[in-house]
Amino acid sequence: MNQFINKNLYGDYGDKEQAGGAEGSNHNTAAEWPLWEVFIRSKAGLDHKHVGSLHAADAEMAIENARDVYTRRLEGISIWVVESKYIHASDPATADSMYEPANDKVYRHPTFYNLPDELTHM
Amino acid sequence: MNQSTNQLIYTLQLADNALILGHRISEWCGHGPVLEQDIALTNTALDHLGQARSFYQHAAEQFNLMPAEVKKQQFASPALQQKIDKGENLDEDDLAYLRDGWDFRNVLLVEQPNKDWAYTVVRSFFADVFNFYFYKELQKSKDAVLAAIAEKSLKEVTYHLRWSSEWMIRLGDGTEESHERMQTALNERWAYSGELFEMSAADKAMAEAGIGVDIAAIKPLWDAHVDGILQEATLEKPANKWMQSGGKDGRHSEHLGYILAELQFMQRAYPNMEW
Repeated sequence: MNQFINKNLYGDYGDKEQAGGAEGSNHNTAAEWPLWEVFIRSKAGLDHKHVGSLHAADAEMAIENARDVYTRRLEGISIWVVESKYIHASDPATADSMYEPANDKVYRHPTFYNLPDELTHM
Repeated sequence: MNQSTNQLIYTLQLADNALILGHRISEWCGHGPVLEQDIALTNTALDHLGQARSFYQHAAEQFNLMPAEVKKQQFASPALQQKIDKGENLDEDDLAYLRDGWDFRNVLLVEQPNKDWAYTVVRSFFADVFNFYFYKELQKSKDAVLAAIAEKSLKEVTYHLRWSSEWMIRLGDGTEESHERMQTALNERWAYSGELFEMSAADKAMAEAGIGVDIAAIKPLWDAHVDGILQEATLEKPANKWMQSGGKDGRHSEHLGYILAELQFMQRAYPNMEW
């Protein structure tokens, strides 16, 4: 049985392959187009932000699909796409050891410096 | 026919092409092969409907300025005649929803059924290449409204052309089956490509007046563009020279009646309804 449930969380990438999902699962078979992650820049000077994902046969189609799916309401002026399998994610199960230790290190925030009055916009 | 009648018919030709093609493409909504392409086609359908609205608004403005006795001669549709008899003005909705098939001026190509993805892509491809060169020229129209609609539409059409060209190449130069199905669709739709360049009386009069486009002059551009894409798509250009025609004179294939039945039902059954 190679059935598995999509958790739809970041960090899931690779689960499908590990589970041998291509065979035996009743969806996401090899005949389906690969998944792409879409990043959109909303205006010049801002960075590209992840907005979602979609299916496409290749990069060109992914950009066109992203245009049609994610920029219908003037959301962006530039699109990046990357095939989801190329995104490597941290394991949610290791969150305790990965992120908790930063919890009590307040001195890492630059709030202990005395700033001169002339310095604005900080 | 006088100049104002020619200009009205000319505007309606453009409006009807946009409305009927937009309607056909909108039939894919909810039926697309994948979610992303379902949305892509729905976007395109809305572009066409937007263009249709602009043209219909312009046509209604022209019509409402005509003297009463000239108005009577423009349409055979009884529902419009009634409005004209009552001295009412027409608006964009009247032209779209209350005109009968014989008053529609769209080319036969755009009313042909979707059938499958290949047929849909080929139909759009023929229309998109044409519209791309057509709107480029129409931007120079002496009718400022037509020129403005053309300028706005050209951006949309440029993307439509990118979409349909992409699919022509992808499926034409795809698998054995996709190639064969594209070639079949291309062969069957070919006879509907000629009418795009047929000059109606309105086309001729408007081209002469600098309001319309000399579409016969677009033909070589269309041919060259289509040849290029077909070559890349490894598809063979059909050899047949015989072309369908009649749509521009209001002689349509049986399909238009079904489209209008669906499109106009609500307004006919519940006059003046809004939602």
